Amino acid sequence: MVSGRSDRARRLPTAVKIVIAGGFGVGKTTMVGTVSETAPLRTEELLTDESVGVDDISGVEAKTTTTVAMDFGRITMRNEYVLYLFGTPGQERFWFMWDEVSLGALGAVVLADTRRLSDCFPSVDYFERRNTPFVVAVNCFEGSQKYDLAEIQMALNLGPKVPVMLCDARNLESCKEVLIDLVIHAMKSRGLVDPEPQNA
Amino acid sequence: MMPPEDRTPLEQRSDELTPMDRLLDDHAGPMVRPYVMTSGRIEPTRGKFDLITLVVAVGPEPEGAIGLGPEHLEIMRLCQAVLSVAELTGHLNLPVATVRVLLGDLLDKGFVSMQEPEPEADMHDIRLYKAVIDGLRAL
Ligand SMILES: Nc1nc2c(ncn2[C@@H]2O[C@H](COP(=O)(O)OP(=O)(O)OP(=O)(O)O)[C@@H](O)[C@H]2O)c(=O)[nH]1
Ligand SMILES: [Mg+2]
Repeated sequence: MVSGRSDRARRLPTAVKIVIAGGFGVGKTTMVGTVSETAPLRTEELLTDESVGVDDISGVEAKTTTTVAMDFGRITMRNEYVLYLFGTPGQERFWFMWDEVSLGALGAVVLADTRRLSDCFPSVDYFERRNTPFVVAVNCFEGSQKYDLAEIQMALNLGPKVPVMLCDARNLESCKEVLIDLVIHAMKSRGLVDPEPQNA
Repeated sequence: MMPPEDRTPLEQRSDELTPMDRLLDDHAGPMVRPYVMTSGRIEPTRGKFDLITLVVAVGPEPEGAIGLGPEHLEIMRLCQAVLSVAELTGHLNLPVATVRVLLGDLLDKGFVSMQEPEPEADMHDIRLYKAVIDGLRAL
């Protein structure tokens, strides 16, 4: 920080966010919970007109009011960053929430279930159109047929550069792998190269 | 941007719909009405309390409430540690829009300071990616 404005204020970390998207019941909240340091929290967005005032209970006219909830979790890193994971609202009609949460996102994980592969089409479309780097993680539910990842890549009509991988949203190591792959993919998509590839 | 076709079936509440609603919303259902009303917010103003803007109280919880309501004081209490706007709404159990208004008050009065996230256009710092990868590996 260049200005002296915050001399007395604590030096604040920078927050980064990753979006976890996908169809209904595909494991978004599960993934957020698996990697978060605390149980997922929820934000509630009130859907009325823009003038959502505080303490304004006068003139209670019958307005349609709905809330949309979004689950999210936090990962505090030992460096100057804090990572937030946001699960998109289950219902895809709340596009403005997607816009809000995708704006400034490092990238997105699209969770897919091979039993209902088409459920992730809207998410894939959305991030493609928005130019948000994303990976597709196929959540392996019991009883789902085994598919070849290349087949899924084709079925989703994904570009060859979009990583597709298997995952188990309940498993920390699996989720870590997905998220790390996403960050690497996002880095490459933005024209940055990994200066020191894995040396393990 | 055209929202892609909605594919989630909704419980029907057609009794509450006017013919106009039905005409516009036959598929999406009545819940979409408020969304239409918020169309002005499709691109949220960056900077003014993004969900991941981090907030911290500048001082201790003020003792005598100087024009602050109980929710303001609750925010001051929560923000003794750095918290995001999203976390505040989660802990306060209030809608995001309400929390933004309250935070605006506190910012005006100098009771909180905040750190905005990187704008998307500025996500070209390789250190950010490396730090996040390292952080994830350490989990
Ligand atoms: N077998 C298996 N089950 C899973 C996996 N991930 C999630 N589940 C289960 O699937 C169910 C739905 O998971 P959620 O995390 O609630 O899904 P969601 O995407 O948040 O659902 P909505 O928010 O309602 O759209 C839960 O019962 C999970 O336990 C997985 O990787 N494998
Ligand atoms: Mg969920």
